[in-house]
Parts: sequence; structure tokens; C-alpha cells
Amino acid sequence: MSASIEMPVVKDFEDGLHPIYLDYSATTPVDPRVAAKMIPYLTEHFGNPASRSHPYGWTAEKAVENAREEVAKLVGADPREIVWTSGATESNNLAIKGAANFYSGKGKHIITITTEHKAVIDPVRELERQGFTATYLDPEPNGLVDLEKFKAAIRPDTVLASVMFVNNEIGVIQDITAIGNICRENGVIFHVDAAQATGKVHIDLEKLPVDLMSFSAHKTYGPKGVGALYVRRKPRIRIEAQMHGGGHERGMRSGTLATHQIVGMGEAFRIAREEMDEENIRIRRLRDKLLHGLQSIEEVYVNGDLEHRVPHNLNISFNYVEGESLIMAVKGIAVSSGSACTSASLEPSYVLRALGRSDELAHSSIRFSIGRFTTDEDVEYTIKLMKSKIDKLRELSPLWEMFKDGIDLSKVQWASH
Amino acid sequence: MPSIYLDHNATTALDSRVLDVMLPWMRAQSGNPTSRHIFGRSARDAIEHARTQVAEACGAYASQVVFTATGTEANNFAVKGIAASKPDMQILYSAIEHPCVSRPAIALQRTGYAAHEITVNHHGTVNIEQVKLALAQPTSLVSVMLANNETGVIQDIATIAEMARNAGAYMHTDAVQGLGKLPLSFTDLNVHAMTVSSHKIHGPQGAAALILDKRVDIQPLLHGGGQEKGLRSGTENVAAIVGFGMACELAIANLRNFASHTQTLREQFEHGLKSLNATIFSKQVARLPNTSFFATEGIEGETLVMALDRKGFAVASGSACSSDSTEPSHVLLAMGVAPDLARGAVRISFGAHNTTQQVADLLATLKHEISRLKQLTSIAA
Amino acid sequence: MAYSDKVLDHYENPRNVGTLDKNDPNVGTGMVGAPACGDVMKLMIKVNDSGIIEDAKFKTYGCGSAIASSSLVTEWLKGRTIDEAYAIKNSEIAEELALPPVKIHCSVLAEDAIKAAVADIKAKQAAKVEA
Repeated sequence: MSASIEMPVVKDFEDGLHPIYLDYSATTPVDPRVAAKMIPYLTEHFGNPASRSHPYGWTAEKAVENAREEVAKLVGADPREIVWTSGATESNNLAIKGAANFYSGKGKHIITITTEHKAVIDPVRELERQGFTATYLDPEPNGLVDLEKFKAAIRPDTVLASVMFVNNEIGVIQDITAIGNICRENGVIFHVDAAQATGKVHIDLEKLPVDLMSFSAHKTYGPKGVGALYVRRKPRIRIEAQMHGGGHERGMRSGTLATHQIVGMGEAFRIAREEMDEENIRIRRLRDKLLHGLQSIEEVYVNGDLEHRVPHNLNISFNYVEGESLIMAVKGIAVSSGSACTSASLEPSYVLRALGRSDELAHSSIRFSIGRFTTDEDVEYTIKLMKSKIDKLRELSPLWEMFKDGIDLSKVQWASH
Repeated sequence: MPSIYLDHNATTALDSRVLDVMLPWMRAQSGNPTSRHIFGRSARDAIEHARTQVAEACGAYASQVVFTATGTEANNFAVKGIAASKPDMQILYSAIEHPCVSRPAIALQRTGYAAHEITVNHHGTVNIEQVKLALAQPTSLVSVMLANNETGVIQDIATIAEMARNAGAYMHTDAVQGLGKLPLSFTDLNVHAMTVSSHKIHGPQGAAALILDKRVDIQPLLHGGGQEKGLRSGTENVAAIVGFGMACELAIANLRNFASHTQTLREQFEHGLKSLNATIFSKQVARLPNTSFFATEGIEGETLVMALDRKGFAVASGSACSSDSTEPSHVLLAMGVAPDLARGAVRISFGAHNTTQQVADLLATLKHEISRLKQLTSIAA
Repeated sequence: MAYSDKVLDHYENPRNVGTLDKNDPNVGTGMVGAPACGDVMKLMIKVNDSGIIEDAKFKTYGCGSAIASSSLVTEWLKGRTIDEAYAIKNSEIAEELALPPVKIHCSVLAEDAIKAAVADIKAKQAAKVEA
């Protein structure tokens, strides 16, 4: 029961700030129960799991296999279908490049969605440089893939499709079953990036028509630096290794496994399996409270479908305020404008643009992501803070003034610089 | 399981001081280093601090450190990444490289690249003359490990790097076994890329680095969010990287002691081996101070390793990654060691905490086990 | 992104926020930037008969650096002649606020806003002379 567990210590920052963490989609804190399970594998059981000749290695290997079982259980897979990686980025790279390269004799066309994470888009682009062709499908304005358009994008030489389960920015849930069935009917290998899905939606790979699925630990209260790739055994999917060496993970992925991290991922996924139903109810209530609070502000727009969406995510555009100044204004809470992975650049979120949002609304979006340790007080504080800061910024905004004066901003001739 | 650990070339126990700096990043609420809020920025700062610690230990600039998850990844990155930028040229690698250098090279071969192996002499030293000859062909990369994980043999990397540079090739060295055991300088070795890893120096598993000259034309292995200046995408493993940094700092501070202490233990050990009629490999050339690789005629290395394990000594029969297989060590075969003798190979790799008493106990146990096993085999024969 | 203390100060306590009467013949307005680019600056200056800027107001839609740049120039403009105002360079603004390279465009925008406001007042004055 999540209420009874101890919250992770909030780091004591030098300036004494303790912002409220509402960026669970960027990364989650490690659950204290996970940390407790990991630490012995850093200290007394430090063996290399590939060392078969002494007990240090055996203990490590056993722990790794237990964790593999826990990961498999959460997603309805066989443990033998789980390959450890250093994280979802590596899983996505391995799945996409590994399957495309292995099956390139069948065809060299790949389908993916413009709102995928960069860790899917960029490997596909890399394959394009190597002679593959790719179709990047735009989702509908609500963020969901239109099944007919997806079907129409399939060509005789389509070898692979990659569609994310839950979007990292807007939290929408794709119809993986339907898309997977289309892939099956057309002999297309189907990869799903589920980094944002574990512990939030039920995943049953025994039933889902999915061939390859990527997982991350640090989005589900596990440690950073570990992930997994599901590789279906029946019917068997083959991938070409992207990292060669000692032949770990049945040759699919070489490199010494970080035992404590794998143990952490196993524990995190066990907790997710046991607690997600209850936790999602609590989180949905908090999200809805936040949504209602923020909707009392004028000119706000929710990005992405609200129904087919994980309860953890709320992505809202505040019209007539600029995104970065908005982030500065809300220092009391830790949130993202767009994906964490692109926030070093000044580009508006490519995900929101793919939904057809104007650059202005894309710029002024904030992703609130709620998690295991979020409280009612956190949400109430956030609503109050947002109201006052949006007021202040709009007071500063020439666009707000024009809007209030009844000027149609779309008709204004802007002096570009 | 109070056994004596003598397998430090495979992995090492985490130093408690390393654990101390890691714990806050595992326990406290920490951010994604890419995030701009304070949780993200403090994680970013911690990574950058670790980067300077790793750079210091490697005799490199912080800007030359690219963090990866494993040494295997760093080696794959160097070999495949550099080859990809010059697809028409050959790759050269030594016959005693760790599989995570040779196998990517062989994988590249299957996709149409040229990759050639450089032989070693019977001491396990790379044949410099052969490198010279091979470099007559256009070469993208030469990869030779600084110190071998099995024999401990140290190669003359600076000389090979000079030859590679003169031929217009890039030079990579896998220095995973060198860090913390030898003074290490990226600048002095004059290489373009160098692999180092955390868990061999009492740091955590899950962090390693490729030290990289920024002028090198290299393709990333992992594409995505553009972390590590686009060279290695994927959310950084903050706790492990912080631990790696601290482990580097401690390794450098302890370097001199480590070398003299383990060398003393090895001398004691190898002196004791004389009476056991064991063959010590590569004894005539410069080796890592902590490593002893030997074989006893007629006794399988694997059998001896299991026997020692039952007596409480954790040792290896070769590299951990290949201890699954019963094939004799590829390193020894490359040195021209007879397969039968090679199958008898056992590796002892000492660490800072091993004692002379442990060595004496090991020798006594070895003596007993060897005579017992010899008896068994002679009965069988 | 680390902001300088000066940027933070202007951002937290922006000076001279507001508008002047745009129909006043002594008021020049410069609006530069575009919402799609992430910043729009509106700068208004009130110039007395001897060509000295008596008052300056701004509104800015943009990042912290854009807000700080425009807030800073309103301070600088007061008391200067329009020709002196015209001579203000973005590099001075960037230097004063210690803007990082990725934020230099904010200072450029502020310079453009000044130039646009001065051009506007000059056009108004020219129209007054003709009339």
C-alpha cells in the first residue's frame, strides 16, 4: 500500500529549495523498497554474473534470473523472452536496428509515428542512411494513430513498424492490439516502446500481438541505467546483436550486467505489478483535481486525448504566455516543457506540433506528471501557484493584451527577426 | 560464503567510500540530468564532477570523457563507430583482444568491411613488425589492448599509436585492465580513443567510458535523446557515474600502494609455484603487477578452479565472459601455447586487500589439490 | 539553463511594465518578434519636444532573457535622446545581463524594438511637420 511506505528523501539543495516534483515522466525517484533491495548487491554480493566458477558469480546470476522473472511477470512474458539492456534507449536501438538488419532480406521499409521518442525516431533515421526507407505517420490531433491510415502506410516491402504504447509527453495510450493485428495480417514485425507504460497500463504479451517491446526501470521507480527488451519466442523473432563481446544474453546483448541495477528493476516491476491498480485510482483522482483546478484559468488547452490516456499525465498549454518564462515562473514545482530529452534546445515540442498545435501553444505547454509520492497538498499548491504565475505573465504579455482587446492574432503581420 | 577473492580482473568489490557517494543518488529523489529544473540540474552537476574525476585518472580532459554503460559498449562504440565513418578501410586488432573488440570487428567483416587480426609472439606481445606491414593498406582503426585481462601483458601502445598515426589511422586501446593498476595517460599514450570501466576499480557496475579525441570522426552506437553531446543517447546512470568518478579518485590515490602490494603478493605466489612444476605465462615481459596466469600439466584449469572454490578461494580459469565454454583460452592459443597446456590455465588476480597469509594459504591448498588431482588422473589413466 | 542574477532580478521584478497611449503623437511604439518564434516585444517610448525620452514601457512575451532584456532597456532609455537610444547595441545588453550564447537573440530583439519605436516616433514627427 503506497500510503504506508516511506517517501524518498528529498535532496537538500544548496539554495534550500525543495520544489514539488511533478516530473515523474522524465524520471521517477527510486522507491525506497527498491533501493533497500539493491544495496546488498553493491556490497556483499558483488560478483560478476558471468563468473561461473565461484559463488560470487552464482549469487549474482540467481538474483539476475529472479529479476528477469519479475520483469516477465509484469508484462505477461516468459523470462526467456527478456533481454537486459542499459535502458530503453538501448532497447529501442537494439529492437529497431536489430530486427531491421536481420530481416532486411524481406524488405527495407519501416513505419513509425512522428510522436515517437527520439530513441525510436533516431535509429529509424540511422537506418534510412543505411538504405532503408521510412514512413513517419502523423497521429490525429488527439495524439492517437488512425488505424486506416496506418493500414494504408503498409507496403509490400514493409518489414518493421514501431509504435509507442504510452506517449511520454501527452500520455495517450495507443491501441496496440489493433495496430499489432494489422501488422500480423501483413507480416510486419511490430515493436512497441513501452518505457512509459509499465505500472500504468496492463500489459499482457501472451495476448498482445507484439514482437518486440522496450522497457525502462527508471520510469517505474527503479534505477537509471537498466532496461529490458522483450523478444518474442513464439513465433520466434530474431534480432542482430548491436553490441558484440562476451555473448551475454544469449548473444543478443554483450556486456557485464549491473547486478544491483537489474535487481532494482526486478523489485520495481514486482511492486508495480502488485500495486498499480490501487495506485492508478489514487493518481487519477489527483490528476483530475489538478485538471479541474487549472481549467478555471482562461485560455488553457489540454494536449492529447483525455480518455485514452494514463492517469499520470496532464499536458496543458497556457495561451499567451511563453514556455520558458513559464518554467522560470514555476520554480516551486519541477515540471517539463515538452520532453526532457529535448529541453536543451529551443525548439517547440515536436510532439505537440505533430498534433497540429500552433508553435505558440506548443511553446507554452507544461507537462505535469504525477506519481507515487504526489500528495493532495502538492496538487493544491500547484494549482494556486499556476494561477498566480499565469496572471503575472499575462500581465507582461503583449499578446494577452491584444487578445483582451479583441484583436485576432492570426491576422497580425508579425515583424520577424 | 567467507571465501578469499582472487579474481579482481573480473570484477571488484565496491569500495564503501564509493557506495557512500552513490547512495544519495539512489535514495533521494533525483532528477533526469536532461531536465532543467533543480532536480535535473543537480544530477547534471554530479555527472560533470564525475567526468573531471575520470578525466584526471585517465590523463585526459573532462571534455574527452564519453560515459557508457559498460566497457563492452565503449569498445563496440570505438570499433563500429570509427569503422562506420571510413567504410572503405580496414580495421586491425590484435589476436588477444577481449571479445568485445574482436567480435564487433568480425561482425563488421560479415557486412563487408575488412578486418584483420595482428598476431602476438609467445610472450603475448603484439608483433610490431606485422602492424607495420598491415598499415601499408588503408586503415581506419588499430585497436590493441593496453594490458591483457588473462596474462596481464602490457603492450607498447604509444609506439603502435605512433605507427597508426603515421599511416593516417585512428588508434584505440582497451585500457580496462590498466586503470587503477598502472599510471594511465590518454595524452601520453597518444591514442585517439581509450576504454575504461568502473567495476574493475572498486566502482559499481553500470558505468564505463570511452575517452575520445574530439577530432575523431565517429558514429554513435545508440541514437536518441542526444546525451553525451550526441555521442551516446540514453538517460545517464547518475548513481553509477558518480560512483565511477569516486572510484577513479580513490584508484589514483592508491595506485602506488596497489602496484607494490600486489606485486609483492605475486612474487610470493609465483615463487611458491616453482615447486609445483607450474608454467607461468608471460613471466619474461612487463605485466600488470597483480596478475598471475599459470597452468599445471595434466590438470584441467576448470577442475582446479572448482577444487579451489570448494576450499574457499575464488579464482578464474580465464576471462569471466568465456568461462562458460571449455575452449582453451584464445589468448594462450594466440601465443602458441599447446591446447592441452592451455586448458590447464588458471588466473589469479590480486587486489589491495589480499594478504601474504592468504597467498600462503592458497599455495598450501594448491599443492594439496594438485597432488590429489594428479593422483585421480593417474588412477583414471 | 543558468540565468545571471541580473536576468533573474529583471525577470522577478520587471521595471516599467505597461503601455502608453499609442495615439499620443509623442509616443512611439515598436513591436518586434513573432509568437511562433517564441518571443514578441512591445516597447513604447514617450519623447518630449527636445527629443529626450521621458518614459518607456514594455510588454514581452518570451523567455526570462527576453523579459530581462526589454526591462533593462526601458531603464536605459529614460533620459536619453532618441539618437542615443538608436545607438544602443545588442552587445551592450547582452554584456550587462551576461546572456549565454543561446540567448543573444533576446538582446538582438530588444535592440530591434528600440529601433522600431524610434522609427515610429520619427515617422509621427515627420507627419506632424508635414501637417
